[in-house]
Amino acid sequence: MSLILENVSKSVDGQSWITDVNMTLEPGSFNVLLGRTLAGKTTIMRLMAGLERPTSGRILMNGVDVTGVPVRQRNLSMVYQQFINYPNLTVYENIASPLRLAKMPKKVIDERVHATADMLRITPLLKRFPTELSGGQQQRTAMARALVKDAELILFDEPLVNLDYKLREELRAELRELFRQRNCIGVYATTEPNEALALGGHTAVLHEGRLLQHGRTPEVYHRPRTIETAEMFSEPPMNIVKAKVTDTEVTFDETVHFQLNADLRMLEPGQYNFGVRPSHIGLVPHADDDLELPVTVDLAEISGSETFLHVRNEYMNLVLHLSGVHEYDVDQKITVYFPTHKLYAFDLAGQIIHAPHRLTGV
Amino acid sequence: MKSRIALIVYILFILLPIYWLLNMSFKTNEEILGTLTFWPQNFTFDNYIKILTDPSWYKGYINSMIYVSLNMVISLCVALPAAYAFSRYKFLGDKHMFFWLLSNKMAPPAVFVLPFFQLYSSVGLFDTHLGVALAHCLFNVPLAVWILEGFMSSVPKEIDETAYIDGYSFPRFFTKIFIPLIGSGIGVTAFFLFMFSWIELLLARTLTATNAQPIQAIMTRTVGASGIDWGVLAAAGVLTIVPGIFVIYFVRNHVAKGFALGRT
Repeated sequence: MSLILENVSKSVDGQSWITDVNMTLEPGSFNVLLGRTLAGKTTIMRLMAGLERPTSGRILMNGVDVTGVPVRQRNLSMVYQQFINYPNLTVYENIASPLRLAKMPKKVIDERVHATADMLRITPLLKRFPTELSGGQQQRTAMARALVKDAELILFDEPLVNLDYKLREELRAELRELFRQRNCIGVYATTEPNEALALGGHTAVLHEGRLLQHGRTPEVYHRPRTIETAEMFSEPPMNIVKAKVTDTEVTFDETVHFQLNADLRMLEPGQYNFGVRPSHIGLVPHADDDLELPVTVDLAEISGSETFLHVRNEYMNLVLHLSGVHEYDVDQKITVYFPTHKLYAFDLAGQIIHAPHRLTGV
Repeated sequence: MKSRIALIVYILFILLPIYWLLNMSFKTNEEILGTLTFWPQNFTFDNYIKILTDPSWYKGYINSMIYVSLNMVISLCVALPAAYAFSRYKFLGDKHMFFWLLSNKMAPPAVFVLPFFQLYSSVGLFDTHLGVALAHCLFNVPLAVWILEGFMSSVPKEIDETAYIDGYSFPRFFTKIFIPLIGSGIGVTAFFLFMFSWIELLLARTLTATNAQPIQAIMTRTVGASGIDWGVLAAAGVLTIVPGIFVIYFVRNHVAKGFALGRT
């Protein structure tokens, strides 16, 4: 069971929503579609499901062209961001409905509904109606309906967005577990890079209707092919700093510069965009070759037990992602340490030239 | 307290004509034309008995019921698919067409009396229940489409899609899932259809002679040689109100949404 999108494009009223997407989803894989609002996540899912027809391109399921096949003749299920259930049917009937339509024997339906409900821990609610449930329970019902049949493709369109934080983490962990047990293609759309990292599997980064990169999640995270991917797949976005590389040094100007280290020695002299993750810049040096930068605080954004520190100097604006609560005054002068061995180097067109080596290796 | 007194006065003011009608319907003609009495001195059911035993009277109710029910069935059968299309699909000129439907209600029925009369006479629909029911579709179908479209649009489109993904065919989804979801909307629509068809006089009177004559037409021709039969007329009026009260009881919780054409 594999799903292939071949040069798929979709335009609506002359506007291009999806541009030339090529994608192969492996059998049994879990794929996260990552992108901001309007990146085309939902449209791609609807194309995969057959709810929309691509303007051009083909969609192949197990090698068979299914581009024009109506949705009810395909074997898939979908969970929406809104909690979509049949309000006039009980939770039991909601979950049973795909099986009833497949004309399964009553006994099998009963077994499977109960097994699925057990898995999602909604067995005590089976006799209720969806409107009598909480949001989380409604979404569990919708998920149960999606999981109860042996779909070849299960689509999750930001299913956890409308749930509270705690419930979201809980359901996300369960979802990952449920998927490990089956052999179908899972597709999961989200706007949050951290959610993509937590879910693992494969990640496809989308931006304005284009597929930027698709691969195993750690691979995409640690080896982004372009600046755009790096910026999308990082929360807060990766800091990008322009700098010049000479034969021996990286310079922001005459006074702020550092020696080319072993990592960066292969760079040809010229202009580059350097990327550095907000979590890699520190208030204390982590390595001998960290670059000391005197900066001015713009804002210290404290979110729970984390601090997002916005700082600037003459050449760059940086965001630091610090754990713990750090309070600073606006315009306070501090020193931060720039990790010269954890730099991504992109050429001016945004293509990656160098990604930092990782000890674990991908 | 002050507002409550005002409300009571207002309700009394509204109910006074209806009370007077009820009062008259239990009196004899002599009492009605004689002294001013606030309740029947010689309480009598004769007026009602006359209406319920004389076919020329009670057939009016039967005729009205028949064409109103026919009209409700036809209007709903036409309006349900039409409203679904307007709420779910985009097609060329959909918005213009939707508004044009409503503009059908802007022309007074008197405009259509002549063409309907001529047309019905030539195709044999004159003085039939179906003829009146079809004529009333002129204003009832647009109304039904507007109300139902509002109710349908409040059902998320994702429910349709989920149903197709689950494997429902369209007819099965429409009858098993969708219609129950907009059940209250259909109820409210049926109420409005009933109301407008039941109170319409001009078309119903002009397009019928004896076989399908509605009650309102019979009421307006009770001036006999001996003058007006006040008591019977009052009783007929009371009986004409009753079905309306009966129908509104069932949709009392949803009528406000219906007046907003289903849009909340």
